[in-house]
Amino acid sequence: MPTFEVDGRTYQVDEDGFLENPEIWDENVAKDFASSEGVDDLTEDHWKVIRYIRKYYLEFGIAPMIRKLCKESGFKLNEIYQLFPSGPAKGACKLAGLPKPTGCV
Amino acid sequence: MSEETLSPEQLVQIDYTPSKKNWLDPTVEFRKGTYCYSGVAKHVKYLDLPNPREWQPTDSDWKLPPDWKQIILDGMKERLEKYRSFRLFMDICVRCGACADKCHFYVGSGDPKNMPVMRAELLRSVYRRYFTAAGKLGKLAGARDLDEGVLKEWFYYFYQCTECRRCSVFCPYGIDTAEITMIGRELLNLVGCNINWVIEPVSNCFRTGNHLGIQPHGFKDSMEFAAEDLEEITGIKIEPPINKKGAEILFIIPSADYFASPHYYTLLGYMLLFKEIGLDYTFSAFAGEGGNFGLFTSHEMIKRLNAKIYEEAKRLGVKWILGGECGHMWRVMHQYMDTMNGPADFLEEPVSPLTGTRFENALSTKMVHICEFTADLIKNNKLKIDASRNNHRKVTFHDSCNPARALGLFEEPRYILRKACNYFYEMPENTIREQTFCCGAGAGLGTDENLEMRMRGGFPRANAVKYVHDKYGVNLLSCICAIDKATLPTLMDYWVPGVEVGGVHELLANALVIEGERERTTDLRGDEMEQSGAETTDA
Repeated sequence: MPTFEVDGRTYQVDEDGFLENPEIWDENVAKDFASSEGVDDLTEDHWKVIRYIRKYYLEFGIAPMIRKLCKESGFKLNEIYQLFPSGPAKGACKLAGLPKPTGCV
Repeated sequence: MSEETLSPEQLVQIDYTPSKKNWLDPTVEFRKGTYCYSGVAKHVKYLDLPNPREWQPTDSDWKLPPDWKQIILDGMKERLEKYRSFRLFMDICVRCGACADKCHFYVGSGDPKNMPVMRAELLRSVYRRYFTAAGKLGKLAGARDLDEGVLKEWFYYFYQCTECRRCSVFCPYGIDTAEITMIGRELLNLVGCNINWVIEPVSNCFRTGNHLGIQPHGFKDSMEFAAEDLEEITGIKIEPPINKKGAEILFIIPSADYFASPHYYTLLGYMLLFKEIGLDYTFSAFAGEGGNFGLFTSHEMIKRLNAKIYEEAKRLGVKWILGGECGHMWRVMHQYMDTMNGPADFLEEPVSPLTGTRFENALSTKMVHICEFTADLIKNNKLKIDASRNNHRKVTFHDSCNPARALGLFEEPRYILRKACNYFYEMPENTIREQTFCCGAGAGLGTDENLEMRMRGGFPRANAVKYVHDKYGVNLLSCICAIDKATLPTLMDYWVPGVEVGGVHELLANALVIEGERERTTDLRGDEMEQSGAETTDA
C-alpha cells in the first residue's frame, strides 16, 4: 500500500495519492496534502471549497457535481482551477479527503 | 498533465520499424503512462472474483495462484467449447494483415504487437500449443508455452485494446478482435489480473447501480439541482420524474451525465426536450447507469450488471425503454441483453407517443436510442428549432465506437446536428461512421496513469479533428458517449487545443424553442450566444 509522508506523519493513500480511509480526515490532512497538489498556502477561499466538498461528501457519499460546487461555493470553474491547479475532481477532492471517482469521468 | 509526459512534438515521432526481437519473446516493460493500475483487493473481493490481493503490474511477483496455468488452460477449454465464435476466430485467421494498420494504438505507438492480428496471435499461439495438433511442432508452428511472461504480455496488450472493433471492419473473415480481447481479459480475471479503472466501477455498479457509487438520495439531489439550473436558464419549471411507477417510458442514462462535465449539459438537454414534448417518462435511481464495465470484465459480469434494466422496467410497469448518450451500453443492449437478460416479453413494442412511429428495430430488446427518438420528432415537425443559437459553435461529430459499429447509428445524430447547428462539418470519411477512430480510452482505459497510451491511441482521432479545426474553425467535437465526454477533452487539450467536447442533446436543447421560455442569451453552459437575427425554422 503506498504511503504519503509529510513532517513525520504518514498517511495510507491509493496509487494516485488519495487518502485510503476518507473517515480519518481532518483539516490537518488538507494542510498536509496541499503541497502535493500545487497549493502553497490554504486561504479562506480554499477552505470554502474544501469544506463544501467535505460536507457534501458526508451527506451523500460522493463529491458534488462540479456545476453544483461552482454554484454553491460562488466560484467559477476557472477560479477553482486557480485555487487548485489540478482541478476540482483531483486537487480539491484530494484535499477534502475524498476517494477518486471512477467510471466514465 | 505531469512533467514526465511527453510533449505532442515528442510523442508524434513514432517509430514504425519493428524491433529485431523474436515475436514469440513475451517480455514487456511496464513503463509509467502505458499501463493501468491493478484492481484494488476490496473491490475484487466484493465481486467474489478470484485472487484478491495487493499487487501492481510493475511487481516481479504477481502473486498468482499456484495452479494459475491450469486455471487459464481450463478456462480456455471451457470458452472454446462455449463460444463457437472464439474457436472460429482462433482457427480462421490467415495473417493477411488487412487489420494491421487499422488500430489506433498501432498507429499511435508503432508497436507491432498492437496490430490486431498480432494482439490476437498472443492468445492464438497458446491456443495452438495446447489445443491443436500442429502445436506439437512448437515454435515452428508459432506455438508457445504458457508461462508468466506470456500472461504479463497478455495483460499489457489486452489492456491496450479498447474493444472498438475498427479492425474488424477491415477483416475479410469478419474476425471480431474485440471478442478476442474480451476472452483474453476474461481469462486474466480467472487468476485475478484486472485493472482498477474497470473493477471499481463494476463493484460500485453492483452495489449501488452506477459506476460512481452514487446512492439514491445523491441521485435525487443531482437531478433536482439540474432542474433548478434549467429553470434559471429558461424560466421553465421542471420536476424530474424519479422511480415513477406507471410512467410510459423508462429512461436509462450513463451516471456520468449526472456527475461530470461536460456530460451534465447533455442531461440538461434531455430534460428540456422531454419537458417541451410532455413525455411521460421516468429516471431510475436503481437502474441509474447505462454503462456496463462488465463488458470489459467477463460475459458473466455483463449479465449481472445489466439485469437491473429489465428488472426496473418490470417493477415500474413501463411500456418500453429509452436509452441516452452512452457508448458501450449499446453494444450490451443491442447484442447481449435480449438473450442474457430477456426476453422482455412484459414490455410493448416501442412506439413514439408523439409521432406514432413504431421502432421495429427495437422489437426484441424494447429499447430505443435517444437519437432515433429525437430524429423522428424532428422529421415529424414536432420541435421548433432555432439553429442560430448554436452559431458560436462550429461543430463536428465523432462517431462513438459502439453506437456506430455495434448499433449502426450513423444518420440519426447527424440529422439532429444538421437541424440544430448552422455550422456542421464532417471529418475525413475514413475516420467517421463505421470507420470511426476510437477516443483511445474506452473499455476501461480512460485513467490518468495510462495517459501516454491514451494520447497515442487517440492520436488518429485527434488528427482528424485537427483537420476540420484548421480548415473550418471547428471548435466543438460532439459525441454520444460518456467515456468520450470524459476523455476527449484531455485528448483535445493535448493535440488540438481550442476544441471543446459536447453532447448532441446539449446542442439540440440550445436550439430548442420552448413554449413560455425567457429569452436566452447564453447556451446551457452559460457561454454567450452570438447576437444575430434569429432564423427560426419549423424543422
